[in-house]
Amino acid sequence: MQITSPAFKENARAALADAQLQKALGNVREGFIDKRQRAVDALPEFDALRDSARSIKDHALAHLDLYLEAYEKKVTEAGGHVHWAETGADARAIILEICRAAGARTVTKGKSMITEEIELNHFLEKEGIRPVETDLGEYIIQLRRESPSHIIAPAVHLTKEQVEADFRRMHDHLPFARDLSEPESLLNEARRVLRAQYFMADVGITGANFLVAETGSSVIVTNEGNGDLTQILPRVHVVVASIEKIVPTLEDMGQILRVLARSATGQDMSVYTTVSTGPRRPGDPDGPDEYHVVLVDNGRSAMLGTEFQDMLRCIRCGACMNHCPVYHAVGGHAYGSVYPGPMGAVLTPSLVGVDKAGHLPNASTFCGRCEAVCPMRIPLPKMMRHWREREFSRGLNPATQRYGLRAWALFARHPRLYRLATAIAIPALSLFSAGKGRFRHLPLAGGWTKHRDMPAPEGRTFMQQWRDRDALKQGGQA
Amino acid sequence: MTEDMMKKPRVGLFVTCLVDLFRPAVGFASVKLLEEAGCEVEVPMAQTCCGQPAYNSGDRADTIAIAKNTIESFEEYDYIVAPSGSCAGMLRKHYPGLFKGDAHWEARAAAFSAKVHELVSFLVDVMGVDRVTAAHSGSVTYHDSCSGLRELGIREQPRRLLATVSGLKIKEMRDADVCCGFGGTFCVKYPDISNRIVEEKTANIRAAGADTLIAGDLGCLMNMAGKLQREGSDIEVRHVAEVLAGMDDRPAIGRGQG
Ligand code: SF4
Repeated sequence: MQITSPAFKENARAALADAQLQKALGNVREGFIDKRQRAVDALPEFDALRDSARSIKDHALAHLDLYLEAYEKKVTEAGGHVHWAETGADARAIILEICRAAGARTVTKGKSMITEEIELNHFLEKEGIRPVETDLGEYIIQLRRESPSHIIAPAVHLTKEQVEADFRRMHDHLPFARDLSEPESLLNEARRVLRAQYFMADVGITGANFLVAETGSSVIVTNEGNGDLTQILPRVHVVVASIEKIVPTLEDMGQILRVLARSATGQDMSVYTTVSTGPRRPGDPDGPDEYHVVLVDNGRSAMLGTEFQDMLRCIRCGACMNHCPVYHAVGGHAYGSVYPGPMGAVLTPSLVGVDKAGHLPNASTFCGRCEAVCPMRIPLPKMMRHWREREFSRGLNPATQRYGLRAWALFARHPRLYRLATAIAIPALSLFSAGKGRFRHLPLAGGWTKHRDMPAPEGRTFMQQWRDRDALKQGGQA
Repeated sequence: MTEDMMKKPRVGLFVTCLVDLFRPAVGFASVKLLEEAGCEVEVPMAQTCCGQPAYNSGDRADTIAIAKNTIESFEEYDYIVAPSGSCAGMLRKHYPGLFKGDAHWEARAAAFSAKVHELVSFLVDVMGVDRVTAAHSGSVTYHDSCSGLRELGIREQPRRLLATVSGLKIKEMRDADVCCGFGGTFCVKYPDISNRIVEEKTANIRAAGADTLIAGDLGCLMNMAGKLQREGSDIEVRHVAEVLAGMDDRPAIGRGQG
């Protein structure tokens, strides 16, 4: 997708004024939070599981090279092929080559954020290959030629009515009078339309929630079963996965699975957990003839050993954005990159550069709710602050902000100067409010007073009053 | 000097810059509550601000300079108490990390941070206060400010003490634990988003049907008071210390005399 993160402010303003979007965002607030809480409350060991999930990933990241090599060996033994892609462009070229070799005209796709990250669909279309998204949400946004606005609910920015209108427009071979008023009827229609595509596809592309080093397996979790049809029906299955998806063993995967669905949708488990290892073996009832894994780095290895390494624990559950007040206010598209919300605010600058994505780690109140719910205990606010530090040290934030901050800091660093200045300014400001107790407008504070009144200082500062009180007391004692 | 006085814990009050400049009553209420709990309270004159504006803007050098000044001014006390979860969180949770690699200051910061508490949690958890003598006729709703709640685990303590204020009734609002949209410099850097968040908050506050909104952080309170007033609401807004200390006879935040 086109990165529009530099225009975050404008994006946000448009999002705030978009009534449809605001209505749809209400669903995020209602839909995810209570369900997650119920699932968490029902599992007393949830926090202990989070700790163990964190250690599993930390261990895997500390020995990433070792586990990736072990994984490659197992995939190869099972008859599959592993391809290493350093950049998005490398990954696209590898995938194109596989598609070309298979003579592919149509490819079906399971839901995958990494293929969004490397902008695969657009690229395949340009090369004359038709990608068909099979996850309902992805299918809808593909019809609309949009990007996902949420990492697990890509079409969450849309209302049911908008989807109905899109289906009527795009599925014009179906009778117009059909009833599409219920979400189920929309789902069934998408199913029917997609069914035909599965059989047309020559290649099926999926992402991976986990890569298991011990067995050489890739694992996806879905609720619609579309992933299974995508990877079993076509002759060739391509798994695209970023390198940090690796876990050592199946047991490790099982541990992390227990926090994944609960954090994401409040389910104990997703409906389908599909483990695939290599191509179809003689005697297997089904499966692809060819099995490829494209391992994508695209900036990950550069995060290892830095203050951003913890971000590589992310399992893409979406809980951080579901609980983020900023995400609730503006939705995912305003972030202007593939990954929105708090996890995007940390990850996007790593992928596209903090000079482009500088707004994202700044647009946070640091309320800490994301970190409080993250199943992998990723310190998201802390890492956003690290980005702010990098911006500050490179002089990337606006000059007015920098000078304002430096001027304030000059006082804050020098207590006597600070006392003197505030003792003059504050009573003056208080007088200026003319006893009303607040300002409706205030020079230099337009950001505040545009939307709310500004409480005025009430007279002399606490410190002035305290000093008088102390002097009085001592005078009294003497 | 009596033995009793010698045993009194010496508390250094970290007033916080907002209380100092905008709402001195909160400082006096804090002193009163601490003294009633049996502490000897002092207010070091060399304090300014906890440094969060610099810290959260990525300005490490200024943050460190401010933190050193704070530590030097307060390290002699048995406890350092602030009427703000946000500032206490900064002093307690973030100061030691500023000095990674500087063994001398790291140790000083760690010793300092271990003694820092937010006011209400200090009264309840450290001083064992389980009731106050104040009275307040009417109903209040309590907003959990983010840092206090998530960094310091402050949730039950203020509600427990408020429940002992005679005549006071607590009416919980929906999503009391969701951010009010203040976020320090966030509210001026992203005013439109901040406004959307505080609108959501004031809707929940109004729906709770209480006469007074209470919280433990002046930044959040000024944000919510400013929004309520712009919306024409007459809900009063006060810091929890004012109500607990029985000092709620003066005009509410942003209300003035005329
Ligand atoms: S950062 Fe944490 S909460 Fe957010 S998507 Fe990743 S794992 Fe989930």
